[in-house]
Parts: sequence; C-alpha cells; structure tokens
Amino acid sequence: MSEVNIYLFGKRYSVPSELTIMTAMEYAGYRLVRGCGCRNGFCGACATIYRIEGQRELKFCLACQTQVLEGMYVATLPFFPLVKQVYDIEKISPEQSIMIQLYPEIYKCIGCNACTKSCTQKLNVMQYIAYAQRGDFKRCAEESFDCVMCGVCSSRCPAGISHPQVAMLARRLNGKYLTPESEHLKNRVEEIIGGKYEAEMEKLMNMSDSEIRELYNNRVIE
Amino acid sequence: MYTDEMLKSMKRVEENREKNFSFEPRRMTAEEKENLLLEFHPDYIKSEFVNLSVGGNKGGSVPTELAALLQGKGRISSDLDIENPEYDTDVLIIGCGGAGASAAIEADNTGADVLIVTKLRPGDANTMMAEGGIQAADKENDSPAVHFVDAYGGGHFAAKKELLYKLVTEAPDAVKWLEGLGVEFDKDENGNMITTHGGGTSRKRMHAAKDYSGAEIMRTLRDEVLNRKIPILDFTAAVELILDENGRAAGAVLMNMETGKIFAARAKTVILATGGAGRLHYRGYPTSNHYGATADGLVLGYRAGAKLIYADTLQYHPTGAAYPQQIFGALVTEKVRSLGAKLVNAEGQVFMHPLETRDVSAAAIIRECTAENKGVKTVSGTGVWLDTPMIEMREKGAIERRIPAMLRMFGEYGIDIRREPILVYPTLHYQNGGLDIDAQCETAVKNLFAAGEVAGGIHGRNRLMGNSLLDIIVFGRNAGRNAGNRAKTTETGTLTLKHIDKFEEEKRTAGVREETITPALLPDYARR
Repeated sequence: MSEVNIYLFGKRYSVPSELTIMTAMEYAGYRLVRGCGCRNGFCGACATIYRIEGQRELKFCLACQTQVLEGMYVATLPFFPLVKQVYDIEKISPEQSIMIQLYPEIYKCIGCNACTKSCTQKLNVMQYIAYAQRGDFKRCAEESFDCVMCGVCSSRCPAGISHPQVAMLARRLNGKYLTPESEHLKNRVEEIIGGKYEAEMEKLMNMSDSEIRELYNNRVIE
Repeated sequence: MYTDEMLKSMKRVEENREKNFSFEPRRMTAEEKENLLLEFHPDYIKSEFVNLSVGGNKGGSVPTELAALLQGKGRISSDLDIENPEYDTDVLIIGCGGAGASAAIEADNTGADVLIVTKLRPGDANTMMAEGGIQAADKENDSPAVHFVDAYGGGHFAAKKELLYKLVTEAPDAVKWLEGLGVEFDKDENGNMITTHGGGTSRKRMHAAKDYSGAEIMRTLRDEVLNRKIPILDFTAAVELILDENGRAAGAVLMNMETGKIFAARAKTVILATGGAGRLHYRGYPTSNHYGATADGLVLGYRAGAKLIYADTLQYHPTGAAYPQQIFGALVTEKVRSLGAKLVNAEGQVFMHPLETRDVSAAAIIRECTAENKGVKTVSGTGVWLDTPMIEMREKGAIERRIPAMLRMFGEYGIDIRREPILVYPTLHYQNGGLDIDAQCETAVKNLFAAGEVAGGIHGRNRLMGNSLLDIIVFGRNAGRNAGNRAKTTETGTLTLKHIDKFEEEKRTAGVREETITPALLPDYARR
C-alpha cells in the first residue's frame, strides 16, 4: 500500500494513497462533526479547498468524493454564510422582478467566472446566474439541477452572490409554475377523495393473508 | 485500477452484451424466493442477533449492535436539573430529514409553535441520498389497491395493514403536495409524470427527479421550512426524552454537538424523526446511509417506554458500489436496473431478473458470490457486474439525462458507465422496522409521535424501492398534523426523568452490564 503526504490545515500527515480526503482525515485521527454529511456526494457538507505543493492554482472539491494526492494542502469549508431570502411560494410569480426584489446582487456579477471555476459539481454557475438575471428560470433550473449547495461558488464571488439560493428559488418557480401541472395526478387525488377506491381497499383490508398471497403471487406485471 | 482478472471478466461481459441485452430472465417462483432468502439473506443468520433483556420488547430479537445501544449506558443521569428548560414549545421535532421537515410544515399549518432540533445540519439525512424515486399509483392502469398488494407482498405479508392503507391511499396527494411546493419531477411536455418500475412493482409508478430524487425533495422541503421561519437548532442532538408525571412525552434533553453543553426543551408533543441505522454497520456491512444514521430515535423511544416492531429486519440494497474502494458501499440506484441494466456474473452470464424485490436481489447476489463462486474479486471482497451500457443500447443518452449522479460518481474515478459495466455488492441501506406506531403516528408513549425511517410496520419485513420517500412524506405530514392538533389540548405536567431510573433498575435486575454509551449520535471512524 503506497502512502502520500498531505497537509491538513497545514499540518503534515502520511496517509494511504487510496483514501478520500474525508477518510484521510479520519485516518489522521479526526472525529468529524462539522464538514461531514452524507459521505456520498449529495449533501454539500464537505466543501474543501486545496492546493498542491509547488502549484499556484486553488482547487475545489467535496472531501468525500476526492482521492488524496501527494502534497495536497487541505482546508475545509464546513459552513459559509449564504444569504437565503424568505418568500411565500404561493404568493410569488415566476417573473424577472422577483429576482430583482430578492437577490438584486446577481446584477452586480462582473463576469469573472470564479463561481464556475470553483464548482465542486462542475456546473456552469455563471451561466445559470445569467439565466436568473434574465428571468429565464427554466434554464436556470436545468443548468443548476445537480447543485449540492456546498457554497464554494459564493465564497469566491466578488459580488457577494449566494448562487445556490438563487438557483433554489429558480427551481421551485420552475417546478411549481413553469412546468405543466400533472393532470393525471390531480385527477387521481380527486378520485381518492371522492371515494372511488374505498370499496376495493376495504375488501383488501378484510381479506385473509392467504387470499392476498394468492393475489400477489398471480398478479400481472405490466 | 482494475486487476487482470477483473479486466478479463469485463471482457466476457462485453462479448455477451448483445445476447444478454435481448435475453429476458424469468422471475423466481414464490418458493424459490423463500428458499433463497432463508439460505443467503443476512436477516436469516440467527447468530448475529440477540434477545433483549429489558424494555417493551424484552425477549425480542435485534441485531447485536442495536442491542448494545438499546440496553446501553445513557449520557445523563436522572438528577439533571430540568425544572427551567431553555426552550418551551408546542411541538418538538427531533431530526430534520424528509419526515422531520414535512412534519414541521404541517405542524406549522395547525398554528402550533414548532421547534426542530437536529444533530447535524437540516437536510443531513438519508432523504438527501435517495436517488431512485417515490411511488404513487396515479396512472390509468394503476390504483391504490394494486400498490397495496405490491407492497404487502413485497414486505412478506407482515406490514401493519392500517399503516399501509394510509401509505398507498395518501400517496398521490403526497406527490401532489411536493409538486405544489415546486419539486421538479421528471415530466413529459404535457406534464405527465415519467414513471418507471422498481423491484417488485407491478405497475410503473416510480416518480423521479433524475437520480437526485431525494435531494430535490429534501432541499425543497428545507427551503420551505426556512421560508416559514420555523426555528431550527442545528448541531443539537437529543440524548434523552423527558416525560411528565403522567408518563406522557413532554420534551427532550439536548446536547450541543460541538460544545457538549446539555440543556432541556419542554414541549406539549414530541415527534421522533431521527431516521435509520446504517452507520451501525450491522454484520460488518458497508452502508449507503448518511453519517448520522445511528438509531438514536430507537434508543430514545425505547428507554422512554415505546415499543419496537420488526427491529430484526434490515434492508441490504442489492447494488452498493463494490469498486472502486473510495466509494465502497455507496448506493447505485435501483433506477439503473429500472432503465435496463442487468446483473451479470464474473463469467458474463445474466443470473437473475434485475427487478426482483430488494431482499431477493441482495440474497441472489450474495449466493452468486459465495455458493456459486461466480463473483468478481475486488479489493474489499467480491461483486457482480451491473451492465450499465445496456441502458444506452435501449435509449442513447439516457444515462446522462436520467442518472447524472451515477455518471458523475463513477466518472470521478475514470469509469464511464456509458461504456463500462460497474461492480456491485449489497450494502446496508434501510431499517425496515422501527418504533411501533398507530395510524396517527403515535407510539406506546402518549404524545410521542414517530415518522420516517425510525418508525416501523409500514413496510413489513422488506421495503420496495420508492416507498420510503413516500413514507417520510405521508407519515411526516400526518405526524406533524396530529402532534400540532394534540398540542392544542395538552397541558404538560411536571417534567421528569424518572423513566431512566426505572430502565436502569430493570437492567440491574436482568443483570445487564452494557457499557456502550447511548445514543451513539455519530459513528467513530477516527483511527487511534
């Protein structure tokens, strides 16, 4: 098993090379409370910034999804003060004015693209902010869909934009107002309220297990 | 990277792909399934279970690791001063995953004051990691009754019928509620839900948001909780429940996870929404679960007098990542099989129908890797192939469009799942059982409600894919509504921790000398 040297907050540790940054921290003896969540790349708890010894460029990643490298200087970003504006989803409408009202700072974007370069999910962050500026919430939602809200983009933004929260608003507007409502779902809810399935359900509730077993084992899979 | 043996085996998978793609494997008969489970499913290895010596399920069988916590040593003593609690609320919700957040929103709708405590951040939960989807019988050829039969049979006819009734009849409304909150379900241009099969479903009723279904639901619910300004104490764990002199739930003793400070919250009703237990690594299995999945709610409830149901049944998701090592045990969503990938052994043979129920699929993979000796050796054990390129043969571009998280997860390690198959092995995924609740979500302790993975009985002894995201919404909402309304007519009496003494006394009498500190709160992975 080969080992690599990594630097956790500047302190050197020698760790097995197949570990992720997160498991390397644990190997080094850390018992994590902050900066550790789903451990599978979905929750954004373990945003991490690193630089390889001798290189200038900063890199950004999720600690749970990234293998350690020789000479890695690691700093974690377990929390970042994003701005989350409060709104009533029932009372707002999917128009450009809502962004101007809630997140006016998006119009201060200077186009530096630091957000995109730092995205741990490799999303085109600046592009989805551009869509939000234009009130094109559908595209903003699509472009930002894989966001895990880790906040690294915002930590790099000279305009102080809270990109993940802007995208969150756009996705909810898109899901609720811009995507057609599901008719068959609406109808089914009404049918259930109207009692259409009550008799059939009642019958099932009163069946013996062997009767249901019979039903189950002979059911047709469509 | 891959060893020579793995590469040779992969080549056989490639060579057989055309043939395997058109091959339609038959489903197992009821008897075949039963025998397979008995011989190969981890739940049936009785040496790994012990009988409880104390509490409401005394004599009942639970996994060894869980017994140590249920009968373990509490974190505080009963003489802790709780007379002047730091917080006072109507409804106290412990846990802020999908069930806790849904409960908070509905309790808020009743006009009750709500306080959420969560030991990590809001949304740090298994909900966030659910990939495949949520079931609801909302298509023309489907009905709540068909859904009921699928789930009841899939759970081995053991579900509490009144709970399952609620699950299936309230399912369409649950999905409708999420749609109204702005959850972006996969739809066609007319708004029709794009639905697929899951293991054991007889109709296509799996609704998804790509393979971020749970994440999309969770972040939307969390956003809604924040919009309502419902107070949340994050990095705050519950370490013991508080009762009143009439034995009703009346709050909890809390602990700041970072400073260790202990304090109390008084409440008229309490909802346990603490989730599952994968991080206890039963039988040494890896897990697909969140860092905080340590069975805390079972412990809190059990020590206060609540009962457990089916605590001896766990779900091993058939397809955890077996390779590369960095993602060992991570979930490979069932949707991969829903979209057409088949399970293939080391010799390149399809050895089962890809959409049997989870327990049957897991047992079949274990058999293939043990008794049949047709597994592929990996760094940490064995695995079988999940032939993902078949998805692209069926529908070009489907992987990027419908399972982007899987493409990304393996892509990080240089594996392009559109071109190469992946190695999988069962991973500890879900606690089928849990706290025993009635149709109002109330436990044996009055005013103590439970919802989500911490509750049991809804799914019987095995859960179908897509019924868990559904369960957390349906029962989370019910628990919130019921706890909120109950709070209106409840006058909390004097707060007490006497139940701890009673539990300790029972342990002494039974000769239990368990030193494990409980609840666990987090796993300990630090190397010493």
